[in-house]
Amino acid sequence: MQILTHLSFAILSVSMVLCFVRMVIGPSLPDRVVALELLSMIIVGIIGIHALQSDETSFLDVAIVVALMSFLATIGFARFLERGGRRDD
Amino acid sequence: MIELLQGLLLLAGSLFMFVAALGIVRLPDLLTRMHASTKGASLGVMLLMAGVALHFLEEVVFARTIAITFFVLMTAPVAAHAIGRAGYFVGIELWKGTSKDELRPNYNPLSHRLHSGLKKTARGAETDAPNDGGSESGKGGSDTRA
Repeated sequence: MQILTHLSFAILSVSMVLCFVRMVIGPSLPDRVVALELLSMIIVGIIGIHALQSDETSFLDVAIVVALMSFLATIGFARFLERGGRRDD
Repeated sequence: MIELLQGLLLLAGSLFMFVAALGIVRLPDLLTRMHASTKGASLGVMLLMAGVALHFLEEVVFARTIAITFFVLMTAPVAAHAIGRAGYFVGIELWKGTSKDELRPNYNPLSHRLHSGLKKTARGAETDAPNDGGSESGKGGSDTRA
């Protein structure tokens, strides 16, 4: 069980690195926003596994808040892109 | 037994997340990247939360994990729709192998107007001229494409 938890942490960390790669090389701003959304989903998963590993249920509240913030950030970026504004990809 | 199930759920969830991250790096344009990331990430979060709920086996944790899952399932499609729409209107370039873009012939990027093909066939050629251009294009263009 411990091994599986550590393995999940490792896989999620590699996924975070891949997301960062897309955020750096992403050719346009929407690509980076998509990478940011996936990154916060991965963070929700990592918080869940950490709550499991440390037997602390209150970390799940943090996961709820992170999911909420990521949704608001994505909607905000979409509004910003659609309404226009100075973009510097 | 329940530990094995829980470990399998955790592993499957993180593997789906990994597939989503791999897709976001490897796929060619914005829409295909979103197709990889949204579905893979929401299924990954679902499986991970199921594993967490199996580990604790308490009502409070069930409520929280179901809340997280429900929230992710509600918001991921909305966010993907918003960012995909914004990306299309901003003018990202699609993959060169894209075989069908049904919005392109019916959408006027200058006036930010969408006219349906049905209306055009029903009412004939008279709707063509006022629809795409003239006074509308200058105002709409400066409004939406600043």
